[in-house]
Amino acid sequence: MRIHLRPQRRTVELEGRRRVAQLLAELGILPGTAMVIRGDSLLTDGEVVEESDEIEIRAVISGGGG
Amino acid sequence: MKCTRCRAKAEVHLRSHNSAFCRPCYLFYFRRQVERAVAGERMFVPTERLLVAVSGGKDSLALWDVLADLGYDTTGLYLGLGIGAYSDESRGKVEQFAERRGLPFRVIALEDEGAGLAVPAVAQVTRRVPCSACGTMKRHYFDTAAIEGGFDVLVTGHNLDDEAARLMGNVLRWQKDHLARQRPVLPSTHPKFVRKVKPLYLTSEYETAAYAFLRGIDYVVEECPNAVGATQLLYKDVLNRLEVASPGTKLAFVKEFLRSAQPAFADVEREEPHDCDRCGMPAYGSRCSYCRLVDEVQAKTARALAGAPA
Repeated sequence: MRIHLRPQRRTVELEGRRRVAQLLAELGILPGTAMVIRGDSLLTDGEVVEESDEIEIRAVISGGGG
Repeated sequence: MKCTRCRAKAEVHLRSHNSAFCRPCYLFYFRRQVERAVAGERMFVPTERLLVAVSGGKDSLALWDVLADLGYDTTGLYLGLGIGAYSDESRGKVEQFAERRGLPFRVIALEDEGAGLAVPAVAQVTRRVPCSACGTMKRHYFDTAAIEGGFDVLVTGHNLDDEAARLMGNVLRWQKDHLARQRPVLPSTHPKFVRKVKPLYLTSEYETAAYAFLRGIDYVVEECPNAVGATQLLYKDVLNRLEVASPGTKLAFVKEFLRSAQPAFADVEREEPHDCDRCGMPAYGSRCSYCRLVDEVQAKTARALAGAPA
């Protein structure tokens, strides 16, 4: 699967299929801090991402102090 | 995972609420959350004019979208901070959002307000943390724009994560005067301060991001380049780790502070604001923090140009 990480503007490729929760854990991303997007849909933790899928993992944390 | 309301396939799972939602039910849920916050804290009524501070990010655009949809009289205010391409993109997102919906908005660009007032320049010349300079600028221009435009309320997109991180910072240093003012509604304490409200104060960043995505709102995903290493992000990370171990921690932290602890700080005495001797806006002391910052920028810039040590 091909994973686009935003806002890091980095793409990683992984072999095999996995559930979203496992994928986030492998990438070191805390649940609830990023959206997992496939096409125009959001994926929940239990959904399976197939090896042929292309997804985006978009961080939701923002801020500085303003 | 199925939607808690209608049993359709869920797209959004909210651990802190032990709920999951499909797209239509989530959009309904999110609007209800905003409506409940507005009504529960008596933030404003439909006859009032709202100035919505919009940065181009997910929170402020999601909030503006909901408030406009609910029929409130809203005007957007975008403050250009002068942070290069990041500010250019942010402004573009706000303009596109407003124009597509036919919503009125106003733009103030710091670089047009005076030489050397863009946030990076101010931070460099004063050697302040950029977020500190940014906060001072935002407060001043939001306040003046609200007064000059005849608005009743200033609305900001601060979310649950912002409030929890701020609370953690205030508690770690026991900043009693800050805790006294950490509330979702700040009433006007001076004729030149309008009421300030935060309708998203119990809504997490994930929730606002999911709403923005599902509504097709094109927001700035990139992080402010000046936020790298900011203390607030460290606090957010700590809180998110706690949240994973115990879902609902952030919500309980903020809600219980407001219910149980905040009243104990509410009576912390603070000097009544005077009129700033430079700009006339409220000031604690003879001059407001914005004018003091501008004074410092001008003095240090002049010294640098004269070749003296800054």
